[in-house]
Formats: sequence, C-alpha cells, structure tokens
Amino acid sequence: MTSACTSRVTVALSLTTIARSASPATHAALSASLSLAARGVHTLPKLDYSYDALEPHISRKVMELHHSKHHQAYVNGLNAAEEAYARAAAPKEQIKLQSALKFNGGGHINHSLFWKNLAPQSQGGGELTSGPLKDAIVADFGSVDAFKKKMNTVTAAIQGSGWGWLGYNPETKKLEIVTTPNQDPLLSHVPIIGIDIWEHAFYLQYHNVKADYLTAIWNVINFKEAERRFVEAAKSS
Amino acid sequence: MSFLTTVARSATRAARPATRAVPAASLSLAARGVHTLPKLDYAYDALEPHISRKIMELHHSKHHQAYVNGLNAAEEAYAKTAAPKEQIKLQSALKFNGGGHINHSLFWKNLAPQSQGGGELTSGPLKDAIVADFGSVDAFKKKMNTVTAAIQGSGWGWLGYNPETKKLEIATTPNQDPLLSHVPIIGIDIWEHAFYLQYHNVKADYLTAIWNVVNFKEAERRFLEAAKSA
Repeated sequence: MTSACTSRVTVALSLTTIARSASPATHAALSASLSLAARGVHTLPKLDYSYDALEPHISRKVMELHHSKHHQAYVNGLNAAEEAYARAAAPKEQIKLQSALKFNGGGHINHSLFWKNLAPQSQGGGELTSGPLKDAIVADFGSVDAFKKKMNTVTAAIQGSGWGWLGYNPETKKLEIVTTPNQDPLLSHVPIIGIDIWEHAFYLQYHNVKADYLTAIWNVINFKEAERRFVEAAKSS
Repeated sequence: MSFLTTVARSATRAARPATRAVPAASLSLAARGVHTLPKLDYAYDALEPHISRKIMELHHSKHHQAYVNGLNAAEEAYAKTAAPKEQIKLQSALKFNGGGHINHSLFWKNLAPQSQGGGELTSGPLKDAIVADFGSVDAFKKKMNTVTAAIQGSGWGWLGYNPETKKLEIATTPNQDPLLSHVPIIGIDIWEHAFYLQYHNVKADYLTAIWNVVNFKEAERRFLEAAKSA
C-alpha cells in the first residue's frame, strides 16, 4: 500500500474503531459508512423518524436544520479533509489537516450517535424499561432522576459548544457522565447517550433557556438504543 | 488592582470620555462583585435589518446579563476563599464569565446603527493602517470573515493591534476567552446565539451583514489609543 493509502486506511480504522462502540444495529451502518473512509465517501445517515416526530420536545425546524444543514456540513468537511489527507505527502501537511479531520470527523460521529439515541414517543422514546441499563443507572447514580439531573447540570455547565455524554467506563465498568468540547468525539468511554449542547441544537426553540431543552429532551431519548450500546459495551470489556 | 480591571483598562481607555467612567468604575468594583450590564447606545431594533431586534434583546438582556451575574457570583466566592486550591477551582468561572462580560461590553460599543455612522470607515489613521496591513479594506473584511467563520466551536474574531509589531492583525479567541495578545479594535461574536435566530446555519450571511453596523469611529479611537501607548 502507498503511504497515502495507508494513512487513509489508518484514519478509517480509527473512525471505525470508535464507531464499533455503538450498538450492533447501528454500528453496521456506521461502520459501512466509515469503512468507505478510504474513498472519502461518508454520507449523511437517514433518520429513523420524520423531522416533526420529536415535537413538541425538539421542533421540526431545529431537526431539519440540524440534520440537513449542520450534520451534512460535517460530512462534506470530512470528505474534503480525507481527500486532502490522502494527497498529503509529508507529516507536516498531515498534521495541518488533523484539526479538520477531528472537527468534521467528530461532528459526523457525534451526530450519527445522536440521531440514533433519539426516538419519538411512539417508538419508545423517553421510556426506560426495567432491565440492565436501568439497573446500572440506579446502581451508579442512585436513581434515574438523580442521573438525569446530574447529566443536565454537567451538560449545561459546558463553557462553549460541546456534548454531554452518559458513557461506560471500560476500566471501572461503571456508567459515568462526561463531556467533550466542540466536536471532539468521546474516546475515554463507550458512548451510551449523547446530548448536543451546541446552540444550534436548541436555540430556535428554547433561545437562551437551555435548561428547558435539557428537561424536554428526556421525553425523546431512545433508551432502547442506549441499552443496546450498554449491553454491547459491558460484554466487550 | 484586579486582573480584570487591568484587562478592562486597556479596553476602555479608548472609549469616549462620556462613557469611559462607567466600564472602568464597574470593573474597579470587582472586589465587591458588583459588575453591571452596560446600557446600549442604541435601541434593540436599531441594527435592523443586519442584526434583528430579537437577537439584540436576547443577546444583551439574557446572555450578557448571565455573564455579569456569573462574574459577580464567581468573584464573591473568590473573595471568600484564601486557599490556592479553592482559588484555582474558581479560575474557569472567572475566565468564562469575566471574558464574557469583557467581550460583550467591547462588542456593543463596536456596533452602531447606520444613523450613527455604523458601517462607515472614513479616511483617517485606521483606514490607512488597514490598507497598509491588509492591502485594502475589502481584503481586510474578507480575511476577517474567513478566519472568524473557521472557528471550530464558539468564539470571537478580532481585529487586534499587535503592540510588538505595531501592526493590525486578525486573531481569534475560543469560547469567552478575552483577547490578551493584542489590543482589541473590532470584535465579532460568532457564538451561534449571536446570529442563529436570523441567519440559521448560514453564518457567512451574518458576517457579510455585520459590516453594515460595525462602529469604525469607536474602532479608530481604540486604534489611536493603542498606537499611542505602544
């Protein structure tokens, strides 16, 4: 393999490794998209629900812009960065491209996880049924309400743009709340639930009152997907 | 003298005499944690259609107010603690809210309605320096917009005066970090709250529009002050 080809494969493999932490149902699609990384052909994943399906908790307009404009821009940016990376002859040129790869690659990873961990109430969104995830949340946070409260407090406290995560720590084997700035992907933990706290995720609907967005979003969190990710993560570690 | 007062003094020194007293006084009261939201020199709708009334109202009365409140709370907590570890824990709250207060205070002053000269860069030392350092006014605006739009996350684009090179340069700061490496001449807020209600994801349109309401008179005052002091 040429060095350009190797570097693209390396980028693809690291993205694929991160994506594998998603549930089996989602990582197949995500991996397929990310395995094409060597050809720079990432694509915007389709949603499993329509833009208005998460109303009134997340508005149709927010969903439409967020998916078709913001996420699409990360996909386009990632493809462009990977094309440039494949052509970069020297480490210095490759290093110059790292921030574009991280920003757009992270944006693509994070939003792909996000759409999957949301669901309309008609598809079970908001409902955490008895099972291993609920047991782990109660064990690690005291109660489901205590978990949601902590997640919201930590996420709201991010100083700038970023993401709040419920993550599975493969070393402690516990669920923990962590944040990532800007579009940095979650690397220290297996992502279980991600919440986008960039202003574009809520501003048209909630303006400056991000606490209201964080309260509302729990009505459309896809706990079934979260449990799939958790069971997969607990099995692997 | 508090750190914030020092930073603020460099920013406010260039302000008009009628307004200079208010920001410096507000920041000198830092020890008592009584920063206040500065009044705007124009109505919320005065920058229409370039920046909407709704954005100005939320941006000033909610977002900037929150930084003022957060700064006061952080300073109160800081004054109550003697231990370095506790002080260090408070640094991020002081930087975020202090920076937010500084940055937005500069921002409101470097905006003006067209009826007050907003958007108009008249012949003079600032225009000369922009042409000298960027080639042309249009080249300067284009570079400022490109650099500001490229910020990966929330932050600010700045035209800054570099006291070492004595040149105007374009710089950025992430989140609410204040500009420390240069004297701020013009700041542009690129946090999504600054434009999203009106421009949605098309931040390039916001960046094109804002030049209609940049207060070049204030920018020139800051530049002259900075060039004198350097």
